Amino acid sequence: MPMDILMGNEAIALGALHAGISAAFAYPGTPSTEIMESLQGFAARGPSAGPERLAAQWCANEKTAYEAALGASFAGRRACVSMKHVGLNVAADPFVNSALLRIKGGLLVVVADDPGMHSSQDEQDSRALAEFARVPCLEPSDQQEAYDMTRAAFDISERYRMPVLLRVTTRLAHGRSAVETAAPPGRNAHSKAEDRWGWTLMPHAARGLWKEVLAKYEALRSESEASAARERGDPLRAVITAGLALEYYRENEAELSGLPAGKPSHLHVDRYPMPYAAIREICATAKRVLIIEEGAPFIERYLRGILPTAIAIEGRESGEIPATGELTPDNVRPALGLGARAGQSAGAFELPRRPPQLCQGCPHLDSYTFLTEALTAYPVHSVNADIGCYTLGALPPLEAIDSVVDMGASIGMARGAAEAGLVPAVAVIGDSTFYHSGITGLVDLAAHGTSATILILDNSTTGMTGAQPTILPSERLSRIALACGVAEEHVVLLSAHKKDHEANVQAMRRELDYQGPSVVISARPCIEAMKKARKA
Amino acid sequence: MKYDIVLCGVGGQGGISVSIVIAQAALAEGLAAKQSEVHGMAQRGGEVLSHLRLSDRPIASPLIPEGTGHLVLAFEPLEALRYLSSLAPGAAVITSSAPFRNIASYPPDEGLLSALLGLPNCRIVDAEAIAREAGNPRAGNIALVGAASRHLPLSESSLVQAIERCFAPKGGAVVEANLKAFVLGRKA
Ligand code: SF4
Repeated sequence: MPMDILMGNEAIALGALHAGISAAFAYPGTPSTEIMESLQGFAARGPSAGPERLAAQWCANEKTAYEAALGASFAGRRACVSMKHVGLNVAADPFVNSALLRIKGGLLVVVADDPGMHSSQDEQDSRALAEFARVPCLEPSDQQEAYDMTRAAFDISERYRMPVLLRVTTRLAHGRSAVETAAPPGRNAHSKAEDRWGWTLMPHAARGLWKEVLAKYEALRSESEASAARERGDPLRAVITAGLALEYYRENEAELSGLPAGKPSHLHVDRYPMPYAAIREICATAKRVLIIEEGAPFIERYLRGILPTAIAIEGRESGEIPATGELTPDNVRPALGLGARAGQSAGAFELPRRPPQLCQGCPHLDSYTFLTEALTAYPVHSVNADIGCYTLGALPPLEAIDSVVDMGASIGMARGAAEAGLVPAVAVIGDSTFYHSGITGLVDLAAHGTSATILILDNSTTGMTGAQPTILPSERLSRIALACGVAEEHVVLLSAHKKDHEANVQAMRRELDYQGPSVVISARPCIEAMKKARKA
Repeated sequence: MKYDIVLCGVGGQGGISVSIVIAQAALAEGLAAKQSEVHGMAQRGGEVLSHLRLSDRPIASPLIPEGTGHLVLAFEPLEALRYLSSLAPGAAVITSSAPFRNIASYPPDEGLLSALLGLPNCRIVDAEAIAREAGNPRAGNIALVGAASRHLPLSESSLVQAIERCFAPKGGAVVEANLKAFVLGRKA
């Protein structure tokens, strides 16, 4: 069968294609973005109409993407929705509720977690959300498994009539290795889900469906038991690995044979619900059990509970492995009883850090420059910003913003700060983030006539994730503000150029002085997006 | 056999194509390859790091264990010094000589040079000059692959084929320039 070097995200996209998906939806977010980018590549090379068409579309946010995927499943076809871990928070409402539905076409939700927070505001573990919703979760350990499990997920989804979550982490999503692929089966035909009460979550129906979910979840547990891999070793010492952590265990395995007690007994967990019986079995004679898992101490906490146990349970919560950040082949060694290894060093040479920066000539630089100057007239003020390249405005030399929390939070926070008397209050948000989660905040602002200024940095792209097109053209931003009820003279269009600096400062000051909601749109295309467009 | 490479530079320097060229050449020779990188937040201008592992047996960890790496291949001299803890004692550093000064605290040339020369096994390559000579200023990375090629457990012909395959979508002139840069780098 064909073999190629694939990035984890490419392997997932190819697995979904080979599983016969008809529809895919996503919002860009590191480290998940390349899944949709690859799928769009496949879609462009496939038919543009008819039953073999693949719809692969960016959406306004993860919630709308999830709901679109649900609709495709409802129509009987296989569908995939992909996002980063914090995107699942945005999609949590449809995600949690979808567990209750009698899924028709296989539905896969791929979530890429970012332990170590390479490009995220937290390192939450999606296994916890899957369990919370009682959605089965698969956790591949390498790119080949990512491909295989993606394909298998659709079968599981259709067999159990449940959505399936595939959880990957940055190292797997953005790592490359050889992947062997297999021939795809055909596509599902259209066939609408005819059981209304499997898809209408009114209380009387949902009560019955929830019981079904709990029963299905227990049935799925037996699948987890069957796929958990056991290796016999020292009966007194057990190691449990999950997902990618397997690779860090394997890396050190050869040295473990050299320890006095030899290799420990080993259990690898590759899917959830948790395989209770397999875990009990491996721990039956153990005095100590070490859990190596990427992300939160999810399995460890299960085992530990809150009452004392006869077995010493070690992992990220107990401190044997660092509680935060990514696993490495080195930071699991002390817990395995292996010593540290030293490499070379540059001696006394002082190595300065090189933090990420806005690109040379980035339009955000000009926007921050006029905003900061306009604000010098107001010793007390707040600038609540948002998620995007412009988040870098927090770093020197700009140091122009006071907070960054989640997609769209800038507007809600500026509004709350203003209502609490902290004025002038400015929300700084990009066009893509505004479409994602800013519009509802603007509705609140307009509804209450709050004195806050939204500064939309309109670069006509989603810059931080590699310049994906913004969901709607920029011209519509001002019309949205008007439609929400912001007064026409307080919807202000500026151009983010150095030559307009003075005029921009004056315009910004006028809006900061205004007692009411205002929207300032500072527009100039992203340099990277323009480069990308020229290449295409 | 195993051979572990740390590739490092500054965001936007295009280290990914280098990883792909080497990994493809390894695959063609029947070796296993595993590569891991992080492209974080608007990484442009920030530090970028990629681990590339080659072996004739299955590779476990996507990350190179500390103190065991065989080569640091750096697209920028300051970055060449950042990941030394990954290298085995005596293992090689090959770096481009061209500094990318985008931070105020960038060290002065002499300090940087003496730190590099203080390493047990460091080679500094003027990849920019080679790229210019090859006719494409963007071919510096492949010049470094050329410089590294004598260390890599890969044949010259499989590297050449991987370069051809990697750059083919960009047209014949780009392929030619990169092949030339590879040959010049190999001689450097
Ligand atoms: S990618 Fe675009 S928006 Fe982001 S820093 Fe670069 S120019 Fe600015």
